[in-house]
Order: sequence, then structure tokens, then C-alpha cells
Amino acid sequence: MSSTTARVAAARSRGEGSGPRRRGGGVRALYAGNARSVVVRGLVATRSTNWIVVLTGVVEPVFYLLSLGVGLGGYVTGVTDPAGHPISYAAFIAPALLAVSAMNGAVYDSTWNVFFKMHFGKLYQGMLATSLGPLDIALGEILLALLRGGVYGTIFLVVMTALGLNLSWTAVLALPALLLIAFGFASIGMAITSYLKTFQHMDWIQFVMLPMFLLSATFYPLTVYSEPIQWFIQAMPLWHGVELVRSLTTGAIGPMLLVHVAYYAVMVAIGMVFTTRRLRALFLD
Amino acid sequence: MSHALSRVNDVSEPVIHAAGLTKVYGDTVAVGGIDFDVPPGESFGLLGPNGAGKSTTMRMVGAVSTRTAGELSILGLDPDQHGPEIRAQLGVVPQQDNLDMELQARENLLVYGRYFGLPRRVIAQRADELLAFAQLEDKAKSKVDDLSGGMKRRLTIARALINDPRILLLDEPTTGLDPQARHILWDRLFRLKEQGTTLVLTTHYMDEAEQLCDRLVVVDKGRIMAEGSPSALIREHSTREVLEVRFGSDRNADAAKRIGAIAGLGERIEELPDRVLVYADNGEHALAAVIESGLEPVTSLVRRSSLEDVFLRLTGRSLIE
Ligand SMILES: Nc1ncnc2c1ncn2[C@@H]1O[C@H](COP(=O)(O)OP(=O)(O)OP(=O)(O)O)[C@@H](O)[C@H]1O
Ligand SMILES: [Mg+2]
Repeated sequence: MSSTTARVAAARSRGEGSGPRRRGGGVRALYAGNARSVVVRGLVATRSTNWIVVLTGVVEPVFYLLSLGVGLGGYVTGVTDPAGHPISYAAFIAPALLAVSAMNGAVYDSTWNVFFKMHFGKLYQGMLATSLGPLDIALGEILLALLRGGVYGTIFLVVMTALGLNLSWTAVLALPALLLIAFGFASIGMAITSYLKTFQHMDWIQFVMLPMFLLSATFYPLTVYSEPIQWFIQAMPLWHGVELVRSLTTGAIGPMLLVHVAYYAVMVAIGMVFTTRRLRALFLD
Repeated sequence: MSHALSRVNDVSEPVIHAAGLTKVYGDTVAVGGIDFDVPPGESFGLLGPNGAGKSTTMRMVGAVSTRTAGELSILGLDPDQHGPEIRAQLGVVPQQDNLDMELQARENLLVYGRYFGLPRRVIAQRADELLAFAQLEDKAKSKVDDLSGGMKRRLTIARALINDPRILLLDEPTTGLDPQARHILWDRLFRLKEQGTTLVLTTHYMDEAEQLCDRLVVVDKGRIMAEGSPSALIREHSTREVLEVRFGSDRNADAAKRIGAIAGLGERIEELPDRVLVYADNGEHALAAVIESGLEPVTSLVRRSSLEDVFLRLTGRSLIE
């Protein structure tokens, strides 16, 4: 034994093995293809869900739509769909509110819920002692967020149809679009949350979300802003989400749709890479 | 993988092989190059005081912590490359319970089984068996929060068995439990051992180590100080009996010196803050000699040597501070 210890000590003093060893195994060490079990766990745990939050997520956008779109909308004219055709104000903001609700649901699930699990329960630590890898957990939690986003979105789409605000058959594609938007936000949200250490840090997320909501072409067309602000808005994820959904519900199909979709695909990829990396660093050190 | 796993079914092949295993956190050497092999079916213990590196070793063996240097193979596989496959064959009882607080007791088992990708029917059946094994049938629908500490620990052990593991890793399985709960747990672990499960456990209770371990290593400051079966370690590093004499805290040092001067008394004398230990093959004889020399101990006790004495001998410190 002493000779081995001496050997290791010597190796370390020469600098061998003192840095992090290269980790092999590739994706197989990170992903067991069993994200579903994490979703199942989430569904079993829904009994202790905060149902008020869920209900707010459904009711809030409908409330906005009725008061702003239908109420105030009577006084607003001159808005157009993304292709430039004039549409009613209600038909203008409804898809935007839809995108916003997808964002809110996804962000809530991927930030507050995940933060709590990371710091107050040892849930992920327990999961990672099984054959699950960090990517299973990240994907599972995000799919769970999507599930909720999908439910919100479907309810809102039904309300829109009832009010005659879906102007084209392409509105059915708004549902998968919503899921993509939710995926993008959940993925980034979980990545950011995995780096946050205290509740105070969690407030920063609100701090970013609110201006993004107000400056997103949700309530006003992009053209009301000055050019630098327009650039800023167009760089933000929510604008792409709003435009994507609005194009689909109004039937203004064009090549820009691909840009919006690509934007979210990149968000998903970046978020997943960082979340997986971070979970591995935190729980498989 | 099947090739690698079948190799270890060979009896002579250890299920855990560690050589020069090292873990460094920043400036702290948590595990400083340890070597051990665990053959299948053995019950292997890591005994050591706080901060010895027991949990760190367990986490590396559990494929949830990457080693800094050295060799490690679990069931013939390198945890760096095959983490999920290795973990699929392990049952882990961490030092601190990490049960799913949002779920009920039985749900904890069901959901955990799903993490291993096991079929639902198999899990449901095993969950019921394991609840019985852990004597928690009537708590199946209780929230984890409503269970007592001992019940939580038993549930954690039951959960660790949901995948029918080949190796069970137990990090201080009974710390914080009352004597009765400990004995129930020991009994459960003993049954698993009889069924051929390889057990690896850490503890700082020597009675636990003596009860459960076929073989153990004494660890201190990330190093292995000694290795062997409990009885062999005692034989090798201590005398058959120990005489414990107390003189009152301010007089122990002086008494120890005078005892040391008695010719041919014992093999070795240890002075602890509250008592003096005299290592001798016949404790009664030693006591008689001490009294004959004119010393008057307040209390005296003759007992058999334990792993605690081995530890004291090897490190000059007590196991439980
Ligand atoms: N994640 C970590 N980061 C930094 N240092 C660590 C970490 N984990 C353990 N250590 C250090 O490594 C050493 C060994 O710790 P370890 O938890 O393995 O001891 P232990 O034998 O399990 O002790 P105990 O009986 O108290 O559980 C300690 O000095 C500890 O501070
Ligand atoms: Mg420990």
C-alpha cells in the first residue's frame, strides 16, 4: 500500500492527475434515454402542485384578451398582420398573449420549480444515483414544463376560436409553435436557474422578463418604436415567439417563420448544453 | 457490456477494484491513494472518524463522483466511461436521506424503479415486497415527512433495493437511530448478505463493523491504516483484554506514569482525558497489579479489545470524538 501511495503522491507532485481527468463515455454517460421517468415523477407529484399558480396561468391571458383586445380594441385601428394586411386589434394581440402565456408557464416551471428542487430537496442527487444521467433530468423537467404550456395554449386557442380571432387554418400550427417557444424558454430558464444560488438571484429573472414582455410587439406594432429599440426588440426571444404565433393565427406565412423557428432551436440547444453541463458539475463532481 | 459483466461472474474476479484511488478537492486531499478489492458476496466496511474520506470513497464507487487519480473498476467497468450502466447495478443509501418529499412512501419506491427503466409491473410487485421487508406496509400511503427518522432510513434502504442491485452501498446506515432501530436494520442487512448481495458500508461504530463486516479497512485522513477481518485486526493490533481505570480527570496523567513504571504489567498503556487504558492479555491480573502498587482507581473495568482499540493504536486518536 505504501508504495502505491508514494507513487500517487509522486504522480501528483509531477502534475499528473492533478488537473481534472478527461471524462469519457460521451453522451451515454449523460443520457440513459429515460427522460420519461422524470416526467412520470412530475405527474405523480402534481398532487402537491400550487394550483393557484396553474389557474392564474390560464385565466390571466384570457383576462388581458377580453379587457384589452375586445374592450380597448374597439378604439384602436390600423394594426396589421406580419404580412401587412389590416386586422382587428383583438386578432393582433391574441396570438401575442398566447406566446406570452407559453413563455410564462415554461419559465415558472423551469425556474422556481427547478430552483426549489435543486436547493431544498435532494431530488436530483437521488435521481443521479440511478441509471439516469443529467440530460435525462434536464429533458424530463423541460418536457414537464411543455406539458403545462401545451395545456395553457390549447385552452387559450379554444377561447380565440370562440371569439373568431383565428383568421386562418394555419392557427392549428400555433400549438406546436407554442411548444417550441415553451421548450426554448424552459431550456434557457433551467440553464440559468442551475447557476443561481439564492432567492435574490431569482428576482433577476423577473427583472429581465418584465421589460421583455412590455417591449415585444405584444401590445403595439414594432413600427411605433424608434429604430434602435426595434433592433433590440427583434433580438429578444419573445418577439420571435410573438411573430411566429401571430403569423400562424393570421395566416401570414412567409420565410421569416424559418428564422423564428431557428431562433428557438438555437435557444433549446444552448439551454440543454449548459443545463446538462451544470447538473453534471453540481451532482456528478 | 454483457461481455464485461459476465467476466465478473467469475468467482475470483472482484466486483470492486480500487488502486491508488485518489480524490482531491482544491487543496484538500479527501482520499489519498487507497487500494482495496471486494470479492462478490463479501460484506466490506470502511471504518474511520469524521472527515476520513469514507463518503468520498463511497461516492466514487457509486459512480457519482469522478476520481482525481488512480484505478477504479466496478463490476469490471470504469465509472468514468460507464456511469449509468454501473449505477443500474448498484443500490445506494447515502449518508443523508434524499427521499422524494413530494411523494408518499410507496410512490417513492415506484418512481425510483422507473428511474432504472424497469417495467411497471415488476416495480409494483417489488415495492410491496420491499415495504414488507422494511416493515413499512402500514405507512405505504404516508408522506415521507410524516415518517420517523428510523422509518425514513428503512425506506431509503428499501428504495436502494428496488433494482435488485448486485452491490449495496451504505453510508453510515444507522447513524442517528436508536438501538432498537439499529438492530432491525442490522437484521435486514444480514438477510441481504445471506442472499448474496455484496455490501459496502461505512460506519464509525465499531460494534456495527464487528457485526456486519467480513472484512474492513480502517481509514484515517484519506489513507488506509489497516485491513483485515474484525477479529484478525483486533488480534494483530491489540491485546486480548483491556483494563480501563479512572482516577478523576486531574489525576489520570500522574496515575498513567506510575502504572507505566510497574514492571511487566501490560503490553501498552494509553492515557485518555477521562481514563487510562492498560492493554494486557489478562485484565484481572493487571488490575490486581495496579492496586498492589498502591494506586486507588475510582472505577475499573476489564473488557475484551474492540476495533476502537485498534483504531486508537493505529492513529493515536479515538474513533468517536
Ligand atoms: N464536495 C466537497 N468539496 C470540498 N471538500 C470536500 C467535499 N466533500 C468532502 N470534502 C472533504 O473531504 C474530506 C473527507 O470528507 P468525507 O465526507 O469523505 O468524510 P467522511 O469520512 O465521510 O466523514 P463523516 O464521518 O463525517 O461522514 C473532508 O475533509 C471534507 O471536508
Ligand atoms: Mg461521510
